Amino acid sequence: MKLTIAEALRKAIREEMQRDETVFCIGEDIGISGGFGGAFTVTLGLEKDFRDRIIDTPISENGIFGAACGAAIMGMRPIADVQYGDFLLCAMDQIINQIAKLRYMSGGKLKVPVVMRAPVGVTGRGAQHAQCLEPYFISCPGIKIVAPSTAYDAYGLLKAAVRDDDPVLIFEHKLLYGSKGARSETGGVDASSEIPEGDYTVPIGRGVVRREGEDITIIGSLLMMHYSLQAADILKKEGISCEVIDPRTLWPLDMDLILNSVKKTGRVVIVEESPKQGGIGAEISAQISESISDYLLSPITRIAAPNTPAPFSPVMEKFYVPQPERIADKIRNLLAES
Amino acid sequence: MTRQDLLKKLGNKKLTDMFERMFEIRTFEEKIQFLFLEGKMPGTIHQYIGMEACAVGVCSALKEGDIIGSTHRPHGHAIARGIPSREIMAELYGKTTGCCKGKGGSMHIGDIKKGMLPAIAIVGGNIPVVMGMALAFKLKGEDRVAVSFFGDGASNEGAFHEALNMASVYEVPAVFVCENNLYGASTSIKKVLKIENIADRASSYGMQGMIADGMDVLDVYDKASKVVGDARSGKGPTLLELKTFRYCGHSRRDPSNYIPKEEKQSWKKKDPILNFERVLLEEKIIDKSGIKELKDKIDKKIEEAIEFAQNGPEPKPEDTYSDFYVNMEVPR
Ligand SMILES: Cc1ncc(C[n+]2csc(CCOP(=O)(O)OP(=O)(O)O)c2C)c(N)n1
Ligand SMILES: [Mg+2]
Repeated sequence: MKLTIAEALRKAIREEMQRDETVFCIGEDIGISGGFGGAFTVTLGLEKDFRDRIIDTPISENGIFGAACGAAIMGMRPIADVQYGDFLLCAMDQIINQIAKLRYMSGGKLKVPVVMRAPVGVTGRGAQHAQCLEPYFISCPGIKIVAPSTAYDAYGLLKAAVRDDDPVLIFEHKLLYGSKGARSETGGVDASSEIPEGDYTVPIGRGVVRREGEDITIIGSLLMMHYSLQAADILKKEGISCEVIDPRTLWPLDMDLILNSVKKTGRVVIVEESPKQGGIGAEISAQISESISDYLLSPITRIAAPNTPAPFSPVMEKFYVPQPERIADKIRNLLAES
Repeated sequence: MTRQDLLKKLGNKKLTDMFERMFEIRTFEEKIQFLFLEGKMPGTIHQYIGMEACAVGVCSALKEGDIIGSTHRPHGHAIARGIPSREIMAELYGKTTGCCKGKGGSMHIGDIKKGMLPAIAIVGGNIPVVMGMALAFKLKGEDRVAVSFFGDGASNEGAFHEALNMASVYEVPAVFVCENNLYGASTSIKKVLKIENIADRASSYGMQGMIADGMDVLDVYDKASKVVGDARSGKGPTLLELKTFRYCGHSRRDPSNYIPKEEKQSWKKKDPILNFERVLLEEKIIDKSGIKELKDKIDKKIEEAIEFAQNGPEPKPEDTYSDFYVNMEVPR
């Protein structure tokens, strides 16, 4: 069955709720009849089957994530979401001070199996509905972070997240959901996949090689994974062979996969939609140079957004988000120089 | 104040100005809705149709140095505060001639030089900021008032409660205007609030609470001028709740199927513009041809604003790096 990411997540949530009565969803506008099913339709219609376990909340993010934290400690399996990743910042105290640390502070006596879902991506809405906040959370020990770029992975990672005993934060991309109707997005990229019959999970902590290649390794998640594949297509016509890696899990990173690829190609480009300043590229790059700098034929290169908030104007926004052509240009130059 | 006294106090010129502003907001919103659905306008929009009396009633009670803070739904506040429609329109198109030079977009409309903080699209986010602006007015001994606009939904954010308590404790010259349009996105307040009146929340902060009919610009003006006056004269802040309704969807192409038809219809009967027009005609403040003239003028003004916006200069891609740090280039 071919599903979009929004549909795959909905199917996975539905099945997890059927499988385990402690699983529940909590968030704003997630189960209102005649409404949206969350900002991007992921929970659309689920309230019909699970009225008591699809909890519509006031606009109170700190409350939502606090509720998820407390309920999780007491044996529930909450899936808490925000409409835009930017609003995670309103719940930062609960997420960073409580959810990420309570198990450690308790000396391992309790667990906090919360699943958090947050849409990210720069999508024509200006600076407060655009942030790719992955780096903020990667710098906080205690949370596992996943970022599915295909419907197949979205389904499998959501199930893995629900069954995981630690907090898991899922970053989803607005342009990859394939949301329909009034909630569809201009500039969307097809991330739908064939979803096999029966239950499966995608293990947290495992990346995947999306395309094999010889000359250079490109690392990118979510939308940047798709743009990296497009850049690889452009370069293929010029005889440049790119290996594209999708980390899928951003913490813990699948460094074995990354290091093996970079050992093979000797060159690596990391593409990110957030500012370069303190980004994921910085973390991956440091880990590569700490362990296999001898293998590098050219400097590790980061392609990222400018160190500014996201601008609104479409002209500036296009400049802000790394585009496939820009990724290809960078790689072309890098290979020409070294 | 009785209605007659109020009309006399306002005078014909101000009354017609208020009507004009309300009609300008309605026209602006209806035209951009069309442009947006046609795909001619980028981004997303949250519209103010049905709520015009709120912004105009409150902003008509303000003075030049006063300042307002707004939300994801700011077009009406901006027009009521006197930001030129053409600059708002240009901002919606992301042009350099927009009030935020294309950096902000629909959800961040504002111009601090014209008495409006760029709108804050984080629900509840502007409330503490406005409280801080009022605190500055108090500390500096300035004769200015700060007004925060926000929705019913925002009154459930922690930011609302922290800000109101602090405003009350420090007795800052602020007015907190809650536009209660009964829905936060698709969620009816009945689902997320156990009290009938948001104004009642004022009492938990030892603050004055007040309710006005948000569909009646004269009632809004009357109450707003009272509480703005209180703030100005050192009597402290107020939570002013305006009972209102939005006719449009929450955003973009939202058909608002979660709102019962009858509810929509019953509110449309209280249309703030039609009602005010009736009052102005009945009281012979303006005649039918005067109304028509005024509407034609506004229609032309908005058409010109669209032209100004569509033909305006696009920013350069590298402008992404400008307007950020005050005394430092953006490190690349
Ligand atoms: C902190 C935060 N949470 C959620 C949202 C998404 N959102 C935008 S507007 C809105 C509803 C706001 O309702 P209300 O405050 O009543 O204002 P209204 O839209 O009715 O004018 C929501 C949930 C947001 N922008 N910010
Ligand atoms: Mg509302």
